Amino acid sequence: MIMSTEPEKLTPPKRDQIAPGLTPQPRQPARTGIAEAAITVRELSVFFGSNKVLKSVNLDVPARAVTAIIGPSGCGKSTFLRTLNRMHDLVAGSRVEGQVRLFDQDIYGARVEPVQIRRRIGMVFQKYNPFPTMSIADNVTVGLRLNGLRKRSTLAERTEQALVMAALWDEVKDRLNSPAVSLSGGQQQRLCIARALAVQPEVLLMDEPASALDPLATARIEDLILELKRDYTIIIVTHNMQQAARISDDTAFFYLGELIEFGPTSKMFTSPSKKQTEDYVTGRFG
Amino acid sequence: MPTHNHTRRKLFNTVMQVLTCGCALLVVVPLLLVFYHVVKSGIGSVNWSFFTALPKPVGESGGGMANAIVGTFELLALAALIGVPIGVLGGVYLSEYGSGQVNWFIRFGADVLNGVPSIIWGMVVYALVVVPMKRFSALAGGIVLGMMMIPLIMRTTEEVLRLVPNGYREAALALGIGRWRAILQIIVRTALKGIVTGVLLALARVAGETAPLLFTAFGNRFWNHQLSDPIAALPLQIFSYAISPYEDWHRQAWAGALVLLMFVAIVNVGVRVLTRDRFSQGS
Amino acid sequence: MVHFEHELTGLKNALLTMASHAESAVKQAIDAVTNRDYDLALRVRAGDSVIDHFEVELDELAIRLLAKAPLAGDLRLIAVTMKISQNLERVGDEATKIAKRARDLSQEPPLKLPPAIPQMADLALQMLRTALDAFVSQDTATARALIPKDKQVDALNKEVHRQLANQMIEDPETISRCLNFMVVAKSLERIADHAKNVAEEVVYLCEAEDIRHSGKTKATLLSDERGGHAE
Repeated sequence: MIMSTEPEKLTPPKRDQIAPGLTPQPRQPARTGIAEAAITVRELSVFFGSNKVLKSVNLDVPARAVTAIIGPSGCGKSTFLRTLNRMHDLVAGSRVEGQVRLFDQDIYGARVEPVQIRRRIGMVFQKYNPFPTMSIADNVTVGLRLNGLRKRSTLAERTEQALVMAALWDEVKDRLNSPAVSLSGGQQQRLCIARALAVQPEVLLMDEPASALDPLATARIEDLILELKRDYTIIIVTHNMQQAARISDDTAFFYLGELIEFGPTSKMFTSPSKKQTEDYVTGRFG
Repeated sequence: MPTHNHTRRKLFNTVMQVLTCGCALLVVVPLLLVFYHVVKSGIGSVNWSFFTALPKPVGESGGGMANAIVGTFELLALAALIGVPIGVLGGVYLSEYGSGQVNWFIRFGADVLNGVPSIIWGMVVYALVVVPMKRFSALAGGIVLGMMMIPLIMRTTEEVLRLVPNGYREAALALGIGRWRAILQIIVRTALKGIVTGVLLALARVAGETAPLLFTAFGNRFWNHQLSDPIAALPLQIFSYAISPYEDWHRQAWAGALVLLMFVAIVNVGVRVLTRDRFSQGS
Repeated sequence: MVHFEHELTGLKNALLTMASHAESAVKQAIDAVTNRDYDLALRVRAGDSVIDHFEVELDELAIRLLAKAPLAGDLRLIAVTMKISQNLERVGDEATKIAKRARDLSQEPPLKLPPAIPQMADLALQMLRTALDAFVSQDTATARALIPKDKQVDALNKEVHRQLANQMIEDPETISRCLNFMVVAKSLERIADHAKNVAEEVVYLCEAEDIRHSGKTKATLLSDERGGHAE
């Protein structure tokens, strides 16, 4: 569907004249209500020792869309994100109650290996961290090589695919063997995204991926996310509300470990239902 | 009045500056003295035969320390074989695994061991290896040096691994890489230069140990042909020559000291050069 | 946030000042008609430029505030303020039109003012005042209650037109003056429309529900499909 540059004039605009060139962009398409849920969370609680950090969270993350998670510091949004790929398994004294399903698989099931889950759910971190001893190409394929994939031709193919998807191919195709740390910050973060994508996950978790980058690099990452959501389910934690408004389809607001409100981004940022959400979004607290 | 105070303060500052500078220089003085003396006394006797000839029988002049030099390297190789794997893997465990309590205990133990006098190490290995074998041997010498290296390497490995930012561990695990693979092929690889540095420094340290070798390797005037035989080592040879009554042997002892000192100095300086390269690589 | 809140309050106060100018313009214009006051009519005309400037400045201020990327209630407030200021500017224009008619009428022999016209004026002014009060107190119930009143003003307007049409047929001498009266009535009817618009904006501000043009068929410009734009 191509948007024309002038809005269709079905009724002559009276008071509200739409400026020419300003098209209504369907950035937040209407929820059909039968959208598939990539991740379903039921009564999720997380304890660190005796400290209850997440309290009975219930959430359905729509597939092939961007879901933003917002909230003040310490509200549990990063904790929630890390519960989805079982990163808390590495934290001594942590306990997870409740259920998290990835499509039809119970992530915390008895016989499920965390390693398996992490291949289906990838993660990109706030501080970009390509492995310093490896080249660009090696960084991209590290997830494949260290899991047993050795065939050169396949690795080369997946390297190119991943770098293309991460919008980095053109910039690095002539220097795939140079050290990964020789790239700029924004490029390194895109490299990390390529590294995560090479493993061909279904879901991509992003923990404030642009907060360490300058505005230009941030804009590129945001564009990238909007491209990626055609094929991946993306969950992004961000403290930047305008960023959430720009790129996400749905937004979840967490406060003190509880999910306060979850809904379409367009509604959350123009007319949220809960006062706490309104106060946070307008900067009255947090 | 204020100007008077100002002058007094300035004077005090200058005095303290001179004092502390002097103390710092004092530290270097022994180093310079050692180098000067060893070089002066030993340089004359360091020649080709020193490196290639065996010691001559008592009374005869000439000869060299070829077997001691080779012996030292052999002992270091054996020590490395024992010390490096155990030390590095132990360091990996301390850094990446284990519970707080157990690790604290292990670290404490390693730190204590690092402070144990080397002669006691020698006595322990004497009791554990030499006595059952009923002989002094290169093997015993290698074992004692290796055991001395273990706590040293373990602690430096752990320190270096701790310097690897946690982000790399998280990134590796988030890719679905198994924990051990992630540790060995990514974390250890990142810290490799540091680990190698630690190993080299440990080798340089035990290369000069004399007391433990007295009870274990024992020394040998000839080539060593098998691990179960006694073996010559540079520090041992220096010791036995130095306390001997022979002038010729004294000179050779100085030469040996010079060679040993040079070896240790080169390793230490070399390691510093390597480390500097790493920092200047940026990011 | 305190600073931004102050700026929002400043925006609201500016709007309210503009509203009081518009209200008094309407009142004075009607008085000029009723009392055949030529000078008052001229003053109303001159005062319209003040209202126009208000609109320009309010828009500028609003845009500056929008650049700070406000969200939710703050965003709606700024959007609504811009709309209301536009409506108030048009009210000022209508007051000017009434003043022009007052000026012309004062040059002609006096004619009895149809009683519906002062009634319309009272209603329209009341609607405007109530709508702005609802804006200040964010009272959506009052705003909603206001909207049907517009029909009353429409009915009165029709009544005036009928009366004046009859009068023009009966006494052709009065045609020019009756036409002026008709214009005045039409302007008052438009002012009531603008007051209704303000009330609709207040409802949007409070409830985030856009109740404009309800009852007419909706044109769907936005796509219902997921996935947004295609290349």
